[in-house]
Amino acid sequence: MLDASARAIRDEIARGRATAVNVCRTFLDRIEAVNPSLNAFTLVAADRALARAADIDRRRAAGEPLGPLAGVPVAVKDNLCVRGVRTTASSRMLERFVPPYHATVVERLEAAGAVIVGKTNCDEFAMGSSNENSAFGPVRNPWATDRTPGGSSGGSAAAVAARCVPMALGSDTGGSIRQPAAFCGVVGLKPTYGRVSRYGLLAFASSLDQIGPIARNAADAALALAVLAGTDPADATSSRQPVPDFPSALSGDVTGLRLGVPRAVVSEGVDADVRRAFEAALDTLRRAGVALVDVELPHAKYAVPVYYLVATAEASSNLARYDGVRFGYRARAETEHDVKQMYSRTRDEGFGPEVKRRIMLGTYVLSAGYYDAYYLKAQQVRTLLRSDYQQAFESVDVVAMPTSPIPPFRLGEKTADPLQMYLADVFTVSANLAGLPAISIPCGFVERSEQPERSERLERLPVGLQLTGRMFDESTLLRMADAYERLTDWTRQAPSGPGVI
Amino acid sequence: MIASPAVAPTLTSADVERIAALAHLELTAEEKALFTRQLADILAYAEQVQAVDTSGVPATAHVLAERTEREDELQPSLPREEALANAPDPAPEAGLFRVPRVIT
Repeated sequence: MLDASARAIRDEIARGRATAVNVCRTFLDRIEAVNPSLNAFTLVAADRALARAADIDRRRAAGEPLGPLAGVPVAVKDNLCVRGVRTTASSRMLERFVPPYHATVVERLEAAGAVIVGKTNCDEFAMGSSNENSAFGPVRNPWATDRTPGGSSGGSAAAVAARCVPMALGSDTGGSIRQPAAFCGVVGLKPTYGRVSRYGLLAFASSLDQIGPIARNAADAALALAVLAGTDPADATSSRQPVPDFPSALSGDVTGLRLGVPRAVVSEGVDADVRRAFEAALDTLRRAGVALVDVELPHAKYAVPVYYLVATAEASSNLARYDGVRFGYRARAETEHDVKQMYSRTRDEGFGPEVKRRIMLGTYVLSAGYYDAYYLKAQQVRTLLRSDYQQAFESVDVVAMPTSPIPPFRLGEKTADPLQMYLADVFTVSANLAGLPAISIPCGFVERSEQPERSERLERLPVGLQLTGRMFDESTLLRMADAYERLTDWTRQAPSGPGVI
Repeated sequence: MIASPAVAPTLTSADVERIAALAHLELTAEEKALFTRQLADILAYAEQVQAVDTSGVPATAHVLAERTEREDELQPSLPREEALANAPDPAPEAGLFRVPRVIT
């Protein structure tokens, strides 16, 4: 049961071979068993989940129609609002925030019959690449608990990898779905900007943020995207593009598809073992009939600086709302008459270091005298990066890169140097800047010693392959991901380290 | 005052204090020292974008091409008591958010 796909669970329940309540109990037990060692959840909503599951069973007994995710346990990143369920964005600022409304994606999941079992830990306000910026402590990687699960949707990826849920929601502003999916050996899809409504997502950088699924295979990601996608009157940036039947795109046939490889981009700074796994994945796809084509992305080398200028500028504006007045934490000023000091203390005490760092950077690049040199310049280079992709997509259907240049690193390894942490986002941020859909799928493992000086034990760490597609062409990404899965067995492997079993 | 593309080569502690004031962040002395160093590193790294020739290149603020206007129609909104439920210092009987005195 724990290894079953979302699709299989839904079918078992629909056919009456399992009850939603029993499925829910099984996964809740699993969460209880492994979460103490992983810290993947900030909240488990067991009673609410069991009541929802009982409702699915009642509907089935009454012969009512069941949705495409009926009875499927799903975890939701803790920056997505669930009405009546504490939503913190892993920040002290929102420690006691209980949303009065659902995010549109939550509305859609529940309308499809999904059973939300809890909220997953993440980097504070989704700012980070290691999940170490959470006010509730880091999440641990189920494959090696001394290492990061990636971030910022580290809790969602770890929960899916550790079989706590077959499927979870994440959000992705610069790689926050794909990089943790890669680090945890699962599938993570960032849809096209505008494909999924952002209503009810606690905003980080509004021109980059997208919500998407984390699952254990491409078919479940397709199933989830079909539920999540579509226009929403509550989000003016949600697109009115028609939503294709994503699951039916998974034909298994990739013959004739052209896969672009930006050789210059992936030639530098990539871990040798990650590179080997990447090249082997390309070879597997080539043997399946995919044509490999060299492409140029001349401005990709500027993606990280452009991203950190644009994203922090938007963040500094979005996070201005946390002022201790309408919701969230409030600090006390020295006198009762100092509203300005109340604001600034609230923000100093309520936000963690990385959030403050980004607010500071964003405020700086938007400030008088620096706007043109940093923010405007970054937006112009963003245009050039988009053009690079448009040009590449004239000769290829999909672009391939490793999701991360390095395998999962140790907790604490990069916390002292934020710039080093940012550089690890080199392959993921472009898709957000260009608005393109991108998926990370497992493509192998690397071995690393547990403690170089003290232990001979080898840790087996997942590697992710990232596929980026044309605007609104998630179907081709999912088709290629699914075809690759059928030729390999990476997605069928499960972590078995201490603390997981 | 500062001509583009030449950008201040170093970030001073005074810059950090000025930015913190703009961002309404009351930083501790340690935070000021740490951020001065870290933000200077990050900005020095970001400086490479200055090497790109962007003359005549339009800025991308967002990637969507679709028009998103809608009719300006009255819609139901959050009931007042729910809007106040998360406030750190609500005045539900008056239907207000209470704040420290602004005018002294």
